[in-house]
This record gives sequence, C-alpha cells and structure tokens, in this order.
Amino acid sequence: MSFFDYFRSSHQRKTADVAKERLQIIVAHERSKRNNPQPDYLPLLQKELLEVVRKYVVVEDEHIKVHIEKDGDYEVLEVNIALPETENRR
Amino acid sequence: MAKIVVIASGKGGVGKTTTSAAVATGLAMRGHKTVVIDFDIGLRNLDLIMGCERRVVYDFVNVINGESNLNQALIKDKRIEELFILPASQTRDKEALTQEGVEIVLTELKQRFDFIVCDSPAGIEHGAIMAMYFADEAIIVTNPEVSSVRDSDRIIGMLASKTYRAEHNMTPIKEHLLITRYAPKRVNSGEMLSAEDVQEILAIPLLGVIPESTSVLQASNAGIPVTLDKESDAGQAYLDVVARFLGENRPHRFMTSFKKNFLTRLFGN
Ligand SMILES: Nc1ncnc2c1ncn2[C@@H]1O[C@H](COP(=O)(O)OP(=O)(O)OP(=O)(O)O)[C@@H](O)[C@H]1O
Ligand SMILES: [Mg+2]
Repeated sequence: MSFFDYFRSSHQRKTADVAKERLQIIVAHERSKRNNPQPDYLPLLQKELLEVVRKYVVVEDEHIKVHIEKDGDYEVLEVNIALPETENRR
Repeated sequence: MAKIVVIASGKGGVGKTTTSAAVATGLAMRGHKTVVIDFDIGLRNLDLIMGCERRVVYDFVNVINGESNLNQALIKDKRIEELFILPASQTRDKEALTQEGVEIVLTELKQRFDFIVCDSPAGIEHGAIMAMYFADEAIIVTNPEVSSVRDSDRIIGMLASKTYRAEHNMTPIKEHLLITRYAPKRVNSGEMLSAEDVQEILAIPLLGVIPESTSVLQASNAGIPVTLDKESDAGQAYLDVVARFLGENRPHRFMTSFKKNFLTRLFGN
C-alpha cells in the first residue's frame, strides 16, 4: 500500500459505514410506517389537496405532508403545508 | 412444555435450512427430543441437508390431508437418538398448508417432543407465515448485508403482528438474532457490516455468529448437519449457539480474524 493509498483510504468512508447509515434510516422509516399504518386513500387525498392549494399558492410537492395520527379513541388527520416566502404567492 | 422454534429470515439463501438442520441436530445431541419440519412446500431441501432424502415416503401435507399418519411421515435420524425430520411435500399448491392443518400436526408433535424446529421458506407470503404462526421463539437468520438486514426487520415486524401470540395478546415470541456467513477479515477492512452494527440496527438479542465456512458446503454435499462436524469452525459455532439457546453462557467466537488477534496480542488493543 503506497503512502497515497493510505492517505486516500483514511479519507474515504468505508462502505460498511455507509451501509449501516442507510439501513438505520430505512429501517426506522419502515418501522414507523408499520407501527402507524396509513389508509390507502392518503396518497390521492394528498395529491388533490395539493391541486386545490396550488390554485392560490406555489407549493412544491415535498412541502405538503398528510398523515393520520391515533390519539386514544380519536384519529386525527393532520395536513401540513409549508408556504413559500411571500414573493412566490400568486 | 414443548417449544416451537421458527428459523426465519425473509430473504432467501441466507442459511435458514443450514441453521434448522444444525440447531435441531445440536438440540438432539444435547438429549432433547427434537423434530425439524420443512415448511418450504414445493422446494423440499431439508431432507437433503439432513441426508435422509431417500427415506422420504410421506410428507407434511400428506399428514395434514389425512393421507398418512405422523408416524408414517416422521423420519428417524440414524445418527442421533431423539432426532426426527418431517419433510415438506413437493406439491405445487402452496395453500396446502392450512392453518388448521398445521395446528393439528403441531399439537400432536408437542405431546411427543421437547423442541419443534420449523424451517421457514423465504419471503413474506403464506408459507413463511405458517412457519412462524404458532412459534414460541424465533431465530432470525441474517447475513451482514443490506438487503438481508432489511428483510429481517420486516420479519421481526411480522412476528409482532401476524402470529398466534400476537393475535391473542400473549407474551411476544422470544427473538434471537443469528448472523451467518460472517467474514471477520472483511469486517476489519470495512467492507462488511460488523455483528455489532447488525445487532444495533435490528435491536434484538444476539444468539451467535456463524462464520463463512467451506465446511458448510462440505457438510451439505455429504448430507451431514454441520454440527456433527465438530472439528469445523461452523460446527463449533452452531454448538455454541445451541448451548446459548439452552441458557448457557458461552463467549462469542469466530468474530475476529487471525490477523487482528495477532496484532492485538502484539500491541494490545
Ligand atoms: N456459514 C456458511 N458458510 C458458507 N456457506 C454457507 C453458510 N451458511 C449457508 N451457506 C450456504 O448458503 C447457501 C444457502 O443456504 P441455505 O439453503 O441454508 O439457505 P436458506 O435460507 O435455507 O435458503 P432458501 O431461502 O432458499 O430456503 C447454501 O449453499 C449453503 O451451503
Ligand atoms: Mg431453505
């Protein structure tokens, strides 16, 4: 192993570390989906809500979040829309 | 009280059948009456790994359908006392395993055995669910590799929701993590997830680590469960696993490569 290789390997991330980080993220995501299953209609609801909101404001796809929380006996439909800076308003 | 133990993984080809054969053999070697059942309907292979493929007459589905009784279908191992095999059928109809049928057979086996080891098929479909449904304990077989770890997590989720114990609000299935095909050298060089990393991600207790070993292929070539090859690293690792499963304290072995051991001996940690 040359000096240069040594230098590079100490700076390059090991693939095992990358694997661990990716797994931690996807596993956490899939667990939360499992523990809080969302109804099938949610993606369509999200899409239509977005269409309505867009008649008035410019919003990116990723700035709307729709999900259902269980709160004891209640289920709460939570809609979160991040509005842009004022100059982007229609 | 008899215990039903499922060997599961989600992902295919990670070592479930190897582990089922090795663990069942190990339990019987320790004097426990053990039966190992092949749930991989249509893809019977446990018989080959156990070396009894030419003695199969009746199978699990025949018993469920009332075409034979249990005694006719159970194959007694010729090497180890107290060890029996219940082979899978070669039928294409995967729905042949009904929940009621499986329950009747397991209930009868529980009267006669200490341990009932269930070799699950790959996947998350009917066959895998049948293998885990009545389990008391689960050994999750995982390779240190991203897709295997992710699939194991899905299986852990199913154990907590799709099983008899889950559906009847009983004490949850006791889970054990078994990491197989482990290559310490590659872990040291940062190309393979370490056992600690896999355990941290899946967050269930580590039962053991089985090294990647040529002895596994050789054992399967000969139809000898690898636990009977006491000289081999994999065989010894499985014997440790069985001892831990029975509640004994055994330090983990085969987790570091020679090179690292040598260096730590020279320079300390
Ligand atoms: N520790 C090991 N070292 C080397 N090879 C191994 C090890 N464990 C399993 N193998 C090999 O991996 C292959 C798959 O093993 P096995 O059949 O036990 O997996 P499986 O999970 O039952 O597969 P399937 O999902 O198809 O039922 C076999 O060729 C086996 O010899
Ligand atoms: Mg198998």
